[in-house]
Amino acid sequence: MRQFLTFIKKEFSHVLRDRKTLLILFGLPVVQIIIFGFALSNEVKNAKIVVVDYAKDDVSRQIMNKIEASRYFELEKRSLAHHEVEAGFKEGQIKLAVVFPANFGADLLHFNRAQLQVIADASDPNLANTLTNYLSTIVMDYQLALNENQAVPLQIGTEVRMLYNPQLKGAHNFVPGVMALVLMLVCVMMTSISIVREKELGTMEILLVSPFKPVLVILSKAVPYLILSLVNVASILLLSVFVLDLPVKGSVLLLFAESTLFIITSLSLGLLISVRAQTQQTAMLISMMGMLLPTLLFSGFMFPIENMPKVLQYISNAVPAKWYYIIVKSIMIKGLSLSAIWKETLILFGITMFFLMVSLKNFKIRLA
Amino acid sequence: MVLLQDLSKSYDKGNVKAVEAVSLEVPQGELFGLIGPDGAGKTTLFRMLTTLLLPDGGRATVNNLDIVKDYKAIRSQVGYMPGKFSLYQDLTVEENLNFFATLFGTTIEENYHLIKDIYQQIEPFKNRRAGKLSGGMKQKLALSCALIHKPTVLFLDEPTTGVDPVSRKEFWEMLKRLKAQGITILVSTPYMDEATLCDRIALMQGGKILAIDTPDAIVQQYPEKLYGVRAAAMQKLLLDLRAYPNTLSCFTFGEYFHLSFKDDHAGAAEDLERYLESKGHERIGIGEVTPTIEDCFIRLLKQ
Repeated sequence: MRQFLTFIKKEFSHVLRDRKTLLILFGLPVVQIIIFGFALSNEVKNAKIVVVDYAKDDVSRQIMNKIEASRYFELEKRSLAHHEVEAGFKEGQIKLAVVFPANFGADLLHFNRAQLQVIADASDPNLANTLTNYLSTIVMDYQLALNENQAVPLQIGTEVRMLYNPQLKGAHNFVPGVMALVLMLVCVMMTSISIVREKELGTMEILLVSPFKPVLVILSKAVPYLILSLVNVASILLLSVFVLDLPVKGSVLLLFAESTLFIITSLSLGLLISVRAQTQQTAMLISMMGMLLPTLLFSGFMFPIENMPKVLQYISNAVPAKWYYIIVKSIMIKGLSLSAIWKETLILFGITMFFLMVSLKNFKIRLA
Repeated sequence: MVLLQDLSKSYDKGNVKAVEAVSLEVPQGELFGLIGPDGAGKTTLFRMLTTLLLPDGGRATVNNLDIVKDYKAIRSQVGYMPGKFSLYQDLTVEENLNFFATLFGTTIEENYHLIKDIYQQIEPFKNRRAGKLSGGMKQKLALSCALIHKPTVLFLDEPTTGVDPVSRKEFWEMLKRLKAQGITILVSTPYMDEATLCDRIALMQGGKILAIDTPDAIVQQYPEKLYGVRAAAMQKLLLDLRAYPNTLSCFTFGEYFHLSFKDDHAGAAEDLERYLESKGHERIGIGEVTPTIEDCFIRLLKQ
């Protein structure tokens, strides 16, 4: 046990004394959160929209005023013919169009329900999504205010049409994506490099020719990175709550538990790479190409998996980051509990066990 | 003690034979040297004996423990200093030593007497990071780390490569003191001059052992008389010496050419001198020299 603790202390010294490692470890998540965070939020303010008003009644005018008053939108032209809207989209002048059908107000008052149409330029899917969500919220607000003194609730349906990318689903939020990415990168790269460095230095030979169990060598390599990664998770969450105003809706404890599981997956992948790689550069390259790319492509963070060809969709199932991404999204944004995500957790657990077994089995008690 | 019987190891699916049927015996308390150039198979041999590599054929025991079956027991009894061992550069001298002491389940205090002579020299720098030490000091630290758990057998793979001559000399004196404490030491080196400092040596080349004996015996077994020859124009001298009909062998050795005759009759040296004079050489010097380990090695290589 004393050996184990000394080993862990040694690993911490390695990390804390190397400025470059420290920078990657703690600089990377902060930079990513800030870049992703502000790149997204800046564009959403004052988006240009048009309104096509066939109704021209009180209700449509009130909603229009509400839209104009919000800081997110800037009304471009008040009324346009329906066919002119598409021209505006093609020119790239407008991001969103709201269409009030004729008799909008009358429908609402007589039948208690009315439909309005929202058309978005979804060539930038994230932006389109954010804008339609904002608009729906504004309409919902208005509906709530209307219903305050109504016995039978009035309903305004917003029919959303995504132009150019109709299959777009769900609000993408990047924080779960960045978490998956950073943990994958830090754990896989750092563990594989730190083990391969021992090989390069020749200290691995000494470690093997000692009474210290080889499995413990691996474990004591993993523990510091597990702890440091949890610190990383905490700092990402703090940043997202206090800098980006994105609260964690679900249980923080559950989030940390799931993160620990994902970190173990990444650590065992790093271990697997270190068994094969002989130099630090190889380890780094394999981690980058083998881990970073699939994580970016197949986690659903950057590109919606639903839009991919079937083959790629099957492949994405084997990428642990995909499941972790779903889990984090569910906990953080939807506020779901374990009962809703037990299936994903189980899959992630299975993948983890698989990689852990394979890498422990592959770990050599000798040099070759 | 260490015992090897026909120990073999090949790489690359048997195409590269690193160690071929090596047999030798090192009794307890002996300072045994493996002498040979790079690629002779010294490191592979050491790695097999320290249980880091599995042999393809033959068997070997360290302290009567089999290197394949009893690898766990061997690992706690031997000390090993790999050739490219460079410690943890970002840890201080003391942290390195402490780490290895703990790893082997001991403390610096417990076995301080073993490393005292060596460690005292680097103790003033104990708070310096290992990466900032000189080559000689690194080597002393590495030896301290290999000794801290009181091993009964010590394997040192090219410990003096890249170390200055003064530190090399000190290092060998340390090995002698360790030997006096009853530790069996196997050391490999590419430096022929270090061979004479060992009790017994094995000359190794291409995975095979060419000779095993005490350094003196190996030198005495040199069959021919050896002459050192020099002249003003060394380049031309080599060509002329090789063309000389009575030359058995002739090779460069420092500032001289070492030469032996096919027919070493009385006056053979004078004959050679007359031959060289006739070839127009100036400042000719010919004298008998005692063969060194290197001469023996070169001769064995030629066979």
